[in-house]
Amino acid sequence: MLRRSILKAGAAMALTMTFGTSAQAELNGPVNYVIPFGPGGESDISARLQQPFFKDKFGQDMVVNYQPGGGGAVGWASLNGLNGDGQTIMGINLPHIVIKPAQKEVGFTTDGLNAFYMFHFTPDAIVVPADSAYQTLADLVADAKANPGQVTMSGSGKASANHLAQIKFDKMTGALTTYVPFKGTGASTTALLGNQVKAQWGYTTVGAKQGEAVRMLAVAMEERHPLFPDVPTFKELGYDMVGGAYRGIALPNTASAETTQMWSDMIGEINADPAFRQQMLDGGFALLDVDAAGMADFMAARTVEYLNDAREAGLIE
Amino acid sequence: MEIGQFLSAMTPLNLGLALFGVIAGTIVGSIPGLTATMALAILVPITFSMEPASALILLGAIYTGAIYGGAYAAILLNTPGTPSAIATTFDGYPMAKRGDGDLAVALACFASVVGGMVGALALLFLAPPLSKVALAFGPIEYFWLSIFGLSLIASLSEGNLAKGLAGGAFGMILSTVGVAEISADIRLTFGSQTLIGGFGVVGALIGLYCIPVLIDLVAVPDRHLKVEGGVRSVRIGEAFGIAMKSKFNLFRSSVIGTLVGILPGAGGSVAGLVAYSEAKRTAKPHQKFGEGEPDGIMATESANNATVGGGFIPTLVLGIPGTPPDAIVLGALLIQGVRTGPAMFTQSGSIVYTFIYGLIIATILMLPAGLLIGRYAYKSIVTIPKAVLVPTVGFMTIIGTFAIRNSISDVVIMICLGIFGWVVARFGFKASPIVLGLILGPIAEQGFVQGWTIGSAINDLPGMFFGRPISQAILAFTLITLILPLVLSRRQRKSAMEAD
Repeated sequence: MLRRSILKAGAAMALTMTFGTSAQAELNGPVNYVIPFGPGGESDISARLQQPFFKDKFGQDMVVNYQPGGGGAVGWASLNGLNGDGQTIMGINLPHIVIKPAQKEVGFTTDGLNAFYMFHFTPDAIVVPADSAYQTLADLVADAKANPGQVTMSGSGKASANHLAQIKFDKMTGALTTYVPFKGTGASTTALLGNQVKAQWGYTTVGAKQGEAVRMLAVAMEERHPLFPDVPTFKELGYDMVGGAYRGIALPNTASAETTQMWSDMIGEINADPAFRQQMLDGGFALLDVDAAGMADFMAARTVEYLNDAREAGLIE
Repeated sequence: MEIGQFLSAMTPLNLGLALFGVIAGTIVGSIPGLTATMALAILVPITFSMEPASALILLGAIYTGAIYGGAYAAILLNTPGTPSAIATTFDGYPMAKRGDGDLAVALACFASVVGGMVGALALLFLAPPLSKVALAFGPIEYFWLSIFGLSLIASLSEGNLAKGLAGGAFGMILSTVGVAEISADIRLTFGSQTLIGGFGVVGALIGLYCIPVLIDLVAVPDRHLKVEGGVRSVRIGEAFGIAMKSKFNLFRSSVIGTLVGILPGAGGSVAGLVAYSEAKRTAKPHQKFGEGEPDGIMATESANNATVGGGFIPTLVLGIPGTPPDAIVLGALLIQGVRTGPAMFTQSGSIVYTFIYGLIIATILMLPAGLLIGRYAYKSIVTIPKAVLVPTVGFMTIIGTFAIRNSISDVVIMICLGIFGWVVARFGFKASPIVLGLILGPIAEQGFVQGWTIGSAINDLPGMFFGRPISQAILAFTLITLILPLVLSRRQRKSAMEAD
């Protein structure tokens, strides 16, 4: 009798325990935040900005580490093999996670990644040196139309956000520019400042870093960036371009729905913190709030757009 | 440049941070696989709670220590601890083999301090004008610079040019495996997921240099390094004398290191190689580079430490990282809320100058710290028995490779490359040309593709490739480096024949 009741009690306890953990996901110790690129880039810097806020709000350390290689593919291919207990998360980037698997077999698929939050983007921007003859976007477009192919524009990588923006813009304006890919935004900015190219397809972050040394002709945002009230948007100038390089976070696909929701809430909470928002804006970033619930729609819309643009440009088959 | 900033760099906290940074950096840098970049990335969170200037001093000290620490493994194990120390192996290991490892370690320390000082002083006095060098280098200049670096293969493989070139070509092919940096094409992976990340330089260094040493250690009964008359203390006086005699070499190599450090696309490995190449080209007849020539070590070590100060020039003046570790420092500054970029020198001048003084102090502290740690490293490598040395180093190669990006396939690639390197070495193919191809291949490829794209756009390809003054100068140096040895050896042969 006694034995039976002990057993019963044990079973009940076990039941509540398993029930308890599955209903209420929580963190156990420091969190591993994997950046699938080297340190120093925008993905790294935005993760570093999240770091202290995470510790403040949720009491656990957020350890950023790097797994570079294959333009991010090495990291994303390994993501679903990692433990899905919620202690490991990984940065994801658009358009990379759409374009890479469409080019070739790279060990991951866009749909296979358990993306749960897109927290910011670096809006596309056309940047020229401060002493450039191009005062406005119209100057650049006129020159590109008069001298087809001779307006050289640096950007980070091929089939990247910069490259897709260049293709789209050329199509909209009917002008023909030459895109020169560099290894990262730092190298493409150096080429711009050294007058190796006439203009750059960069981001608002370039304007934030370079200050007086450069002039942005237009930014691909719905409204002007608060840091650059004098720089018009492409929309104002009659070109329907809004976008850039989007950054978010994913969990391994073995993570439970509760864990995914917990993470979505946590990143959302950091994103809502006024001090964090201010730091991000000062760095030239633009904040974005696509949570776990809204992810499917967001990704579907973006994927169609990227794949269409890339296909038309012959970047993918 | 007021006295106030010098004094604020001298606070006990900042001095302590500089000393701690140098020691920690030296130890991390001495372990193959753990690079300066990685050491900084790990320690960045600690700096969040510090004053910006203190944070910068700590990061700068770690960086400069790590670049020096790379020399230990290069000299004592023939394995560059960081890519910057590749050319240190050329003469450092032969010196250690013949029993002069202690002298080599001390020479490396003196040279590193001199190089570090020249770089830091350039940063202090000449930063704004020198930053223009970073901008003057376009794609074509990088292309020719990498060709110049590759020309070193010819002088590295005297008497065996065909094998050297084959090794270099093989290295360049290896560098194309995986996702291409700028074109995003996926190349030569043969459908393998493992190869998408390509062959990393650090993993290849460990494999190609360290594994053959380990195999040889097991295969041959001799001691690892020759020791004459027991272990002496590090030969500081002797090293100082040699360093004083090579003043000009040290100065030239430090200037080369500073200038190459300013170039965002190059870095410590290229600086060391270019300085080595120049030291070798201007060698006196009795100097035998590649067989344990002290000037070879000093050229490389002064140049690679000069890249620290040199690299900070575009980082602080233009907001463009000169070397990969500088990118981390820039990120740390951004998080500190310091506006980087052109405005930094004017708006945050006191932080900048306190940091530069801190860097100079750290470089000076490297002298005692480096000599002490060097003595300890030399003693332990020389005295521990082979049965302990081999598994310890073997274990470190695996940990070091794994640590690059937590990838077990990197370890497998490293070991395969190592065995491959050992086998082809039996047939006279050396590791260095392969590594040169691996490092310089991507720089050459990117420069060529970008130069071609821009040249075609402006309808002036010949002018793009051959018409720019800096390109012409580098091209001239390349031709001299390639042709001079041929002319000299022909003249020697002729005079030998006439003497007969």
